[in-house]
Amino acid sequence: MNILVILKQVPDLVEELEINDDGTDLDRTWMRYIPSEYDEHALEQAILLKEEHGGTVTALCLRIGEVDDTLFTAAARGADRLVRIEGDFEGISSRDAAAVYADHIRRGNYDLVLTGVQAHDDLNGPVGARLAAQLEIPYVGVVSGMHLDPETGVIHLHKEYPGGLLTVIRTELPAVVGIQSAVKPPRYVPIAKIRQASKSAEIGEETAEPQSLTPGYTVRRVFKPEGGGRAEIIDGAPEDIAARLVSIFSEHGLVR
Amino acid sequence: MLAGEEVIEQMWGVSLDRLYESAEGQRILSCIQCGTCAGACPYGEHMLYPPRRIITMLKAGLIEEVFDSDSLFKCVNCYTCMTKCPREIKLTEILLPLVKEQSAVRLEEMPAELQKAIENTYRYGNSYGESARKRAAWIDTIDVPIRILAKDPTPVDILWFVECDLSYHPRGQDAARATALLFHLLDLDFAILGPEERCAGDCGRLSWEPGLAEALVDYNLSIFEKYRFNRIVTNDPHALDAFKYRYPMFEFKYKTTATVPELHRHLDRLAPMLSRKLDYLVTYHDSCCLGRHNGFYDEPRALLEAIPGVRLVEMEHTRENSICCGGGGGGMWLDTWYKQQDIERLSDRRLREVIATGADVLAVACPYEVSRFEDAVKLAGYEDRIIVRDITELLVEALGGH
Ligand code: SF4
Ligand code: SF4
Repeated sequence: MNILVILKQVPDLVEELEINDDGTDLDRTWMRYIPSEYDEHALEQAILLKEEHGGTVTALCLRIGEVDDTLFTAAARGADRLVRIEGDFEGISSRDAAAVYADHIRRGNYDLVLTGVQAHDDLNGPVGARLAAQLEIPYVGVVSGMHLDPETGVIHLHKEYPGGLLTVIRTELPAVVGIQSAVKPPRYVPIAKIRQASKSAEIGEETAEPQSLTPGYTVRRVFKPEGGGRAEIIDGAPEDIAARLVSIFSEHGLVR
Repeated sequence: MLAGEEVIEQMWGVSLDRLYESAEGQRILSCIQCGTCAGACPYGEHMLYPPRRIITMLKAGLIEEVFDSDSLFKCVNCYTCMTKCPREIKLTEILLPLVKEQSAVRLEEMPAELQKAIENTYRYGNSYGESARKRAAWIDTIDVPIRILAKDPTPVDILWFVECDLSYHPRGQDAARATALLFHLLDLDFAILGPEERCAGDCGRLSWEPGLAEALVDYNLSIFEKYRFNRIVTNDPHALDAFKYRYPMFEFKYKTTATVPELHRHLDRLAPMLSRKLDYLVTYHDSCCLGRHNGFYDEPRALLEAIPGVRLVEMEHTRENSICCGGGGGGMWLDTWYKQQDIERLSDRRLREVIATGADVLAVACPYEVSRFEDAVKLAGYEDRIIVRDITELLVEALGGH
């Protein structure tokens, strides 16, 4: 079985986010990217499947920021093939990205495509669904477990609903699955293995020119939440903060 | 004990499959199975394979069984076994890390906190997962001028390697501010790397994550190369160990010392500045790396005794018999795991000895210890009986007019 895992690079929230001069996007000049957490679960799930049933796992990344580290880490975790697609992808919509992925998949020979159910930089979540629509194969999202029957080529997908309901959905392959979480959290790999991979693993390079599909959408405004003026932020040394609090409390008659 | 350089020479290139070709391998063959190591180990009773048994298994060709156990995840790299061994087998330095490395790879499930810490350190250069760019943010919180080498790369005497805990942990930053003030008052010529600094890859990490250690060594060496300085001073005894015992294997040649012995060198100038009387009964907890591994027992005590009013009292286990705070060897990120196994944290155990002394202040010199012992104090409900302070914080408190 050949599995493709799509790994998306998203802004690292550990760094302060800045908004660009137009106020329509993040300022990506110094942006640091990391792989989307859901995609890391998709990779783990793919490797678990491979360990159980054999086959290959291909990890695919669009070139957004530094992606080689993400791919080498995927290799250290167990991916057999690494693919990086070069192109102008910063800030690409999930809809346009889906077209690039679909193109790669049509040229490949994949039985199953796994990707994170969503990514925190657009929270649109449609990449898997759009991809499946373009390829005219089934899509199931928000999956947190799966079971493959290799005899019949049928996959059973586990999905959790609010209110404590669980379902098992059966679908034929090929299919696209949006992963909420793998059965186990992404595994630990010794850093030595990642460093080894970065010296020996090969990244297959492809290029693509992203097309803006219509009708699309445009982001009109990106902004930080504006304060309603109802809160007072008290800064300073702990003693000064404490003194200020005491005076506020006494103003309101809470302490005497 | 062997001098640092000799140890390094003996550690270099030693691997498990060619162990007996090394001098250390020969020493291991001389083990008399006395069990002193296991008896002295603070977690010995919880290990299926304490050091003595590891040697038995090794000799019997059954070492794989040891790899498959989690025994060495209970090793906090405290150097006790090694210090006590009558055959002077460098357990903590050589054999245990080699075995631990294998156990870590085979562990069914890596404890989540530890995995996160390793991944964070690899990605951000600190286990907290904080932005590397904010590593020197704390310097804006004091008036002391602190030079960052990237901004002013002129040669400097001391490269002050601040380390992660002092850079990011709020209580660590207290010690960072105190140290900066003391260095400044002593007129030392020092500078820091600021955002360019990354974790030194302390003894714990060096022992069970060789890949991470190598990545950090490679990185830090490339940064050191950019600047001219005479020596390194660091508050973190773990970083001292990294620089003193591991980095030299990679063509690192700087003399390194810890902040405590550095301050002690200037005690004649420092003592007159300590004009404020602190009426404290103080007990000092010997850090494993500073004490057992590097022999700095008297320097921290002399600094404390230089503070007017301070009286020192010793705990039941002191100096080379001191009990580890439990933070070494990855223990810093294994508290939850220990709890799941119903094993008492060493900091909780050690705190009982602290309380038994009747001291008002527990003085420490390793950045792990402030947060570990403050947690233990809260857990035991002793907040009104004891406070935990880094030695540098006490020195600053004793400065008149600062
Ligand atoms: S203390 Fe030394 S000689 Fe004694 S059992 Fe342990 S390793 Fe062997
Ligand atoms: S280094 Fe300390 S914790 Fe580790 S085995 Fe030796 S005595 Fe035990």
